[in-house]
Amino acid sequence: MTETLATLVDFDEVLEKFDPAMGLEVHVELNTNTKMFCGCPAVFGGAPNTNVCPTCLGLPGAMPAVNAKAVESAIRIGLALNCEIAQWCRFARKNYFYPDMPKNFQTSQYDEPIAFEGYLDVEVEGETFRIEIERAHMEEDTGKATHVGGSTGRIQGADYSLIDYNRAGIPLIEIVTKPILNTGAKAPLVAKAYVSALRDLVKALGVSDVRMDQGSMRCDVNLSLAPKGAGGLGTRSETKNVNSLRSVERAVRYEMSRHAGILLAGGSVLQETRHFHESDGTTSSGREKSDAEDYRYFPEPDLVPVAPSREWVEELRATLPEPPAERRVRLQADWGFTDLEMRDAINADAIDLIEETVAAGAAPQAARKWWLSEISRRANEAGVDLVDAGVSPTQVAEVQKLIDAGTLNDKLARQVFDGLFAGEGTPAEIIEKRGLALVSDDGPLLAAIEDALAAQPDIAEKIRGGNVKAAGAIVGAVMKATRGQADAARVQQLIVERLS
Amino acid sequence: MSWIHKTAAEQAAALAAGEVTSVELTQAHLDQIAATDGELHAFLHVDAEGALAQAAASDERRAAGSPLHELDGVPIAIKDVLTTEGLPTTAGSRILEGWIPPYDGTVTTKIKAAGLPILGKTNMDEFAMGSSTENSAYGPTRNPWDHGRIPGGSGGGSAAAVGAFQAPLAIGSDTGGSIRQPGAMTGTVGVKPTYGSVSRYGVIALANSLDQLGPCTRTVLDSALLHELIGGHDPRDSTSVPNQVTGLVDAARAGAARDLGGLKVGIVTELQGDAWNADVVERFDESIALLKEMGADVVEVSLPSFVHAMAAYYLILPAECSSNLAKFDAMRYGRRVTPEGSPSAEEVMKVSRDAGFGDEVKRRIIIGTYALSSGYYDAFYGQAQKIRTLIIEDFKKAFEQVDVLVSPTAPSTAWAIGEKADDPLAMYLQDLATIPANLAGVPGISIPSGVSSADGLPTGIQFLAPVLEDARLYRVGAALESALFEQWGGQITPAAYAPKGAN
Repeated sequence: MTETLATLVDFDEVLEKFDPAMGLEVHVELNTNTKMFCGCPAVFGGAPNTNVCPTCLGLPGAMPAVNAKAVESAIRIGLALNCEIAQWCRFARKNYFYPDMPKNFQTSQYDEPIAFEGYLDVEVEGETFRIEIERAHMEEDTGKATHVGGSTGRIQGADYSLIDYNRAGIPLIEIVTKPILNTGAKAPLVAKAYVSALRDLVKALGVSDVRMDQGSMRCDVNLSLAPKGAGGLGTRSETKNVNSLRSVERAVRYEMSRHAGILLAGGSVLQETRHFHESDGTTSSGREKSDAEDYRYFPEPDLVPVAPSREWVEELRATLPEPPAERRVRLQADWGFTDLEMRDAINADAIDLIEETVAAGAAPQAARKWWLSEISRRANEAGVDLVDAGVSPTQVAEVQKLIDAGTLNDKLARQVFDGLFAGEGTPAEIIEKRGLALVSDDGPLLAAIEDALAAQPDIAEKIRGGNVKAAGAIVGAVMKATRGQADAARVQQLIVERLS
Repeated sequence: MSWIHKTAAEQAAALAAGEVTSVELTQAHLDQIAATDGELHAFLHVDAEGALAQAAASDERRAAGSPLHELDGVPIAIKDVLTTEGLPTTAGSRILEGWIPPYDGTVTTKIKAAGLPILGKTNMDEFAMGSSTENSAYGPTRNPWDHGRIPGGSGGGSAAAVGAFQAPLAIGSDTGGSIRQPGAMTGTVGVKPTYGSVSRYGVIALANSLDQLGPCTRTVLDSALLHELIGGHDPRDSTSVPNQVTGLVDAARAGAARDLGGLKVGIVTELQGDAWNADVVERFDESIALLKEMGADVVEVSLPSFVHAMAAYYLILPAECSSNLAKFDAMRYGRRVTPEGSPSAEEVMKVSRDAGFGDEVKRRIIIGTYALSSGYYDAFYGQAQKIRTLIIEDFKKAFEQVDVLVSPTAPSTAWAIGEKADDPLAMYLQDLATIPANLAGVPGISIPSGVSSADGLPTGIQFLAPVLEDARLYRVGAALESALFEQWGGQITPAAYAPKGAN
């Protein structure tokens, strides 16, 4: 890479001198049965070039026909984002040459999106930010190119490229925000919270898997800086395919520092596409956009306009799930969480996980405790989102049930989690394999108590004298003797019974 | 008179009566192709083996008493613009040389489902760009009336094949006159159906909003029979109209009774004048007199926006085709030219497109790319769409006054091969009368109006009807045809191809 290393400016200094502006473009891959313009299965994976036909391969003579289910999903997303739904709109061709594009144009929407002028409210550290939505439009995905050979994995320098058109024509909804201003130090968190809220919303609609790790939800981050208080917008960079919530936050933070470095050195930011690197949280230059790509958009002449009737739109509105903000209020009441507990859970992106854990039988507080402490810690160490930490809500509920039943204590439970993260099987199997169950038979406990009392006669005296707290030392000794596999409360009880 | 000189309807009747087999019919046409196509070059690909196998299967169905369609067993030729599974499809371009489609276009499927043996694929201007078939990358087709002349275009292959008795039926495609103008040049019948009434699925698009497949035949009734076979809604073509255009064969049969009482016919003011060859106009005037004799009320109607049709057409068409043709990048199919060294994908695309496309194609890609470019879109593509709207309104108003419109199909008779090759504008002007129908989506028919006394070449007359009123064309077309046949003592045919004892 010939690019000189960016001079990064400390985040606090960025904020002293600049106001950040963000624009987020999120692509959501719909989970329709078939592709956007043909009858091929729209499925993830599959042997290369098996889910293809003349239309999605762009063969001469083939024509597109709109998938009505995809239009329905687009309208529902639009409605959930408080958008207007177009009375009449068209598809447009976005013309550019690229080997992963079967027709060398992408059928998309241009100046007539299906949904426009909406908003989504997101909460960051108790403060609500209204993210204004400019548009949500329908388009088709491209094929997937794998560049073989070369050091960068990109087309430049590759020996050859393999193209899989299974993905070509899968329906996408692109959701574009208006410039997000006045977020200051919270910009990275607002970006993350928006993408998270959008993901939750789309998931609740049931129209996409919204798996960022699998590419069914992809985020492009536009960022620019303007001198503090000056208003206006600076030159933006567009960081492509930022594929986790954590990366969204990091990409914003990195670009803010990088832009500031350039601007403070008297330079000017290049309007360009950049690639985000998960490994170190940096971005690098992609293809320049400065030659003002001209996509020569024009209405797709092979497709008739989409004109959803108002009756249909209203029918679809009635199918919308509970809005995320209302849902949070309801869940907080149901769970009895304090404001602080709820906020932490939201920030950790743990609401869905806690809900699923509670649904699987765990008490809300117990679910909260595991996700926000033990599992969060491990996700952070691994640098992944909580949802990808490696344990499922069902497993967490299972562990908690074993604690409630007296089979495990917290300490042993953490060892069960070790096993879960290591992929050693179900909690029950891990307990079996690692021999982690609490000693539930009083016999061995009583024997250990006898040994401990005999070894520490002075303590026994104190307990007999009414100093119940002194029993702690005996409990400790018993726990040590049983390698932690005793129920401390039961040991305490047995000691008191023994000496009374 | 041999079987090939009979109309498709007559051939179908003979099959039904057991007077001939489909194998005999098909073989007779293959023989005619073998005897004449070395000179004519109407076909790019002849599938003798496939056609005879389909003919044999048709004969079996006949013998079992279960033909698939009235035309089951009557052979047909298909313009090389429509995909045919297993048969080469090039659209007249080098860039598709060797490409064998893995699928049938919808009209191909319908033809196969009705049991018509497919003789082969006919020659055309490259990607249907042209009015003479000289732009075919595989060499021009000659006019059966005079081998030194062009047969019209872009569908010169289909028109010449039908005119030279190589096929009784052919499929053409009409974007600005590519069925009708070759019809006029070769003394045959050509119909451009209402836009959206015949599926475009499988048609290698020239300009999607203008293209329409249609029949090329020697009689109006034959066109009606083929038109009804290929028409109908297709869910694979989003622009396909929901209802099938019906009553075409009935209208053609009724028209032959030559009663045009109550029919109002409008002569288009803007399609007259000095640009029109005197002989063409003379034949036209004679036809108008015949229409009046049959009871038609003939008036003159002005469609003022027609004068802008050509300009709008040559912005809309290149814009759409510049995008359509982008897919021909040698990455997935077609002819690839790889430059020396270790070229990038982009370099291979560039070199292959440069080698694969002819001059006229490149010219239109450049015009279209320019017209769609940022900063020019409104001035060119946007304005052209406004003219298109005006032309649609002109038609609407005209059809409030008259039932059908009429004009000569083309300003002149067939010109000499090479004569206009270096003058694209002169070539474009040949489509003056046919283009407005494509811009508005209305149906049109061209039938022979006679032979020019100056050069002995056929002339054509065109009727236009409102959207979905294709049946009107068949009624008036069949009436005029019947009256003219009476004058001529039958069809007019090129001397070299005329049946012995006729003309």
